[in-house]
Amino acid sequence: MSKKPTIELRTSPHAHAGEDVVVIMRNVVYALLPICAFTVWQFGISALALLVVVTLTCLLSERMFNALSGKPSSLGDWSATITGLLLAMTLPPGFPLWMGAVAAFVGVALGKAMFGGLGMNAMNPALIGRAFVQAAFPVAITTWTPAFFDGRFSQFIPTTLTPPFLQPPAVGDWISEVTVDAFSGATPLALQKFEGVVTDHMDMLLGTTAGSAGETSALLILAGGLYLAARRMLDWRIPVLVLLSAAVTAGIFYMIDPAKYPDPLFVVLSGGLMLGAWFMASDMVGSPVTPLGVVIYAVMIGVITVIIRLFGGLTEGVMYAILLGNAATPLIDQITQPRVFGEQRAGK
Amino acid sequence: MGLFNLLFGQKGFTHGIHPPYHKDTADKPIRRLPFPPQLVLPLDQHIGKPAIPLVVKGQEVVRGEPIAKADGNFSVPLHAPATGRIAGIELMPTPKGPKTNAILIDVYEGSTQEVLWEQPREMSELSPQEIIQAIQDSGMVGLGGAAFPSHMKLSIPPDKQVDTLIVNGCECEPYLTCDHRIMLEHPKALLRGIRYAMRATGTEKAIIGIEDNKMDAVELLKSHLSKGSPVEVKAVETKYPQGSEKMLIKSALDREVPTGGLPADVGVVVNNVGTLAGLGDLLPKGRGLIERVITVAGPGIAKPANYLVPLGTPIRYILDYVGYEGARTEFILGGPMMGPAVSALDTPITKGTSGLLVLNEPSIEEESHKIWPCIRCARCVSACPMHLNPSMLGQLAAKRKYEEMAEEYHLTDCFECGCCSYVCPSNIPLVQYFRIAKAINREQAA
Repeated sequence: MSKKPTIELRTSPHAHAGEDVVVIMRNVVYALLPICAFTVWQFGISALALLVVVTLTCLLSERMFNALSGKPSSLGDWSATITGLLLAMTLPPGFPLWMGAVAAFVGVALGKAMFGGLGMNAMNPALIGRAFVQAAFPVAITTWTPAFFDGRFSQFIPTTLTPPFLQPPAVGDWISEVTVDAFSGATPLALQKFEGVVTDHMDMLLGTTAGSAGETSALLILAGGLYLAARRMLDWRIPVLVLLSAAVTAGIFYMIDPAKYPDPLFVVLSGGLMLGAWFMASDMVGSPVTPLGVVIYAVMIGVITVIIRLFGGLTEGVMYAILLGNAATPLIDQITQPRVFGEQRAGK
Repeated sequence: MGLFNLLFGQKGFTHGIHPPYHKDTADKPIRRLPFPPQLVLPLDQHIGKPAIPLVVKGQEVVRGEPIAKADGNFSVPLHAPATGRIAGIELMPTPKGPKTNAILIDVYEGSTQEVLWEQPREMSELSPQEIIQAIQDSGMVGLGGAAFPSHMKLSIPPDKQVDTLIVNGCECEPYLTCDHRIMLEHPKALLRGIRYAMRATGTEKAIIGIEDNKMDAVELLKSHLSKGSPVEVKAVETKYPQGSEKMLIKSALDREVPTGGLPADVGVVVNNVGTLAGLGDLLPKGRGLIERVITVAGPGIAKPANYLVPLGTPIRYILDYVGYEGARTEFILGGPMMGPAVSALDTPITKGTSGLLVLNEPSIEEESHKIWPCIRCARCVSACPMHLNPSMLGQLAAKRKYEEMAEEYHLTDCFECGCCSYVCPSNIPLVQYFRIAKAINREQAA
């Protein structure tokens, strides 16, 4: 034979499904973008600035830790971008930018880099970042501003541009300036918890209420989640079971005392449960790999969320529920090893 | 139980994958390949002890003549695929990897395709024991790829009872269509072989399991069966690795071979269609296995087809004959999921080779082969037909906890089907990790 081919040797299998980490992560970003866009439309340039600052800080931190650990840049895997977008969406739209940057840095540093980067982190980095600022800046993170206020595309929410290391100003006066109706500065969850006012379900579904930057439109979150689930880049069982178990838990209390407890649909649509269930609880790295483990994990998150909401001091419990679920994942995985084909177990 | 099974009421194995099947050669009739100038016949083409040569350098042999005898029971003889002169016994590359002793035959120009050595026999007069002996004498091994001596497989241990012969016509590996063609072109030989195997094993029932992407074969075989025949044709879901013994037994009979056990533990013996069609053809004539059908395909092959190839044909000769392209390629013997890549074009086609594939994949040096950390996506967990946890196994392998892999996570149940590596978005070479782990555990045990 005249031509001499270069023979390449690989071990079997010699075929691959072709979908790699980058493709999956990039699609998660795609799924998040409509929610980001809606947030910006809803809250204006403050939300945009928050998204940009938080995401850029995540990327810079990630790159910095790459450099410190002598590894090649991992920005190309899009995971830091996802952390940034998700983190920004869990913060109030008028959250001071410098605090957002702190949350982003802490999330990447303590939540991810410290464990060894992508795949090694025990918990969701975005939520680690948020938990840190929740503890550090309890006032700022519960300062809500109304959606769709006039002039949102020309002026920042006063708190947004708080200089670094200073506390944000009070926004009560500003809110009464920009809104026609009386706005109590409360999210649907706070309204329900402290004042017993139940927000219209349709408003929450469409996202016209106050709330964290990206958690207000249940519909867009659902659409993004379903897109990923359809492409099998997200385990649909996790969000479905989180929402279902939250609804069932809430439903039990609602049946006991409808006047005191919110109805299940309200629980599912309000706060960060939708975003948390679809985009954070389902984070592959922090969730179990075994089929039974996934069920335990998801139900645990759903139930804990509702318990915190109904009986805790906080209005929202999704974040801690997911972090607890993440923490329990290694244990859940260990005790739920699937029955191997042909394995004889007692009673089978 | 998977969604498919629920919807269609079938009891199949769960998990598995659906790779692109590329069965482009399914309509290509089997054609005979001419003799190469030299045949390379390794003495250990089968699992077990290598055969013992019966010939010396310079000796003339005729097509069909035994040239090596079985070394005891766990071994099979070897027959000359062509008339020619023994050029020597030398170390030659094999599909398995390391070089082993092989008999080289210089084929006479114009060597006849007629088989010149045979011992016809009346099959109906043979006892089961004599059939088993006849099978060993034919040199037959599992032609699906395992190359396990067929007489061993059909010898049921005295403490086991088998009731069903499962005939494996799944051919679940992408590209390969040789078994499909054998079913279409040699149904009578196949059914004859099934009868011999049933008599040898004392089974009263046989099920031919065929993936439902080969309905023409299903219909054809059904048309050859009379009513009340103990042989049943069963279409099973097209899903890799349906053709694995344990998976097919589950799909055909809903029986689970226990961990570490054999099909005989659940009353089953499994044989490949090519093997049984071969027995149906060879046994009555008293001939040996000297050629086999292989699929030559893949993106690098200009004219993919099925060929009847003399054993020992170097793949270089086949490639020259069919024509291939690609300056940077991978040559696979068998299917893309489990077949080994060959390092030398002098490697011959052996009894266990079911295909020759030329894949023009992106070069190894390219970025697309970058390995990412495990992101615990669990795709491998939902792909593993053995219901193992490849994600966990892979992480343990990276930490070299090989013993824990075997003791806690059922490493030994892995049969290296490749589903986990196939789906892994991080491109982690899981199967390779597991091979290494098994090899090291074996070494530790020894």
